[in-house]
Amino acid sequence: MNVHLILFLAFAAVAVAGAVNLLAQTHPINSALSLIAVMAALAGEYLLLGAEFVAALQVIVYAGAVMVLFVFVIMLLNAGVEERTQGSRVAILFGIPGAVLGSVLVAWVVLRHSGTGEVPAGALPGVPATIGPLLFHEFLLPFEITSILILIAIMGAVVLASTPPSAPVPPREEN
Amino acid sequence: MVPLSYYLVLSGILFTCGVVGFLIKRNIITIFMSIELMLNGVNLSFVAFAAHWHALAGQVFVFFVMVVAAAEATVGLAIIIAVYRTRETLNVDQVDLLKL
Repeated sequence: MNVHLILFLAFAAVAVAGAVNLLAQTHPINSALSLIAVMAALAGEYLLLGAEFVAALQVIVYAGAVMVLFVFVIMLLNAGVEERTQGSRVAILFGIPGAVLGSVLVAWVVLRHSGTGEVPAGALPGVPATIGPLLFHEFLLPFEITSILILIAIMGAVVLASTPPSAPVPPREEN
Repeated sequence: MVPLSYYLVLSGILFTCGVVGFLIKRNIITIFMSIELMLNGVNLSFVAFAAHWHALAGQVFVFFVMVVAAAEATVGLAIIIAVYRTRETLNVDQVDLLKL
């Protein structure tokens, strides 16, 4: 058992524990904090794979920006403990055994058919110096399209979340 | 040396947890977080395959997935705020205007 495998298993344990805790908690803020733990553990996995740029993005964008947005909205809307309904009980009753069965099946198929491919630590160093040229030559068009997507997302968020105009809505015509 | 299949199994477990959360949770924000969990599971398999096949494009794709996820989170949370403003609830069982 080498250090690489031990580190992998430690990060994987944190990630899976966080994911299960996300499902077990009923208060959204607890779920959000477990999701942050999952994302931090995944950043560790990316570092083990050598993807340093992706690991930094994972911490800055996901665990930082996106989760701050989530926590902000949870606090803003004062979201409380979720209520269990009849539908959710049925979903739990059938969903969890089905999910366990599905994941065991996937794990069995992957472990059986994936051969003996092994990934050494830091297999493919994804530093900005190697990702940058790829991003700005081969993937230039998708990169530019994502900038348009972000612009649209900003405008959509402003339009959706802004207060409705103070001007009164014209009365509907009688017919 | 960690087998590639271990990474894929971890990715599958995270994705399955996301699917289960999407199905059993009733709070719209938690459902949204389950979607983020699914995206994270997919990202892990992208990076693992990139390392396995020595193709750096996999890591660039993770970058794109993150950008799309950030845009999706922005618009989705704005929609959640709009829903809360009109319906005064975050429970998806009570937002059923389209149901017969």
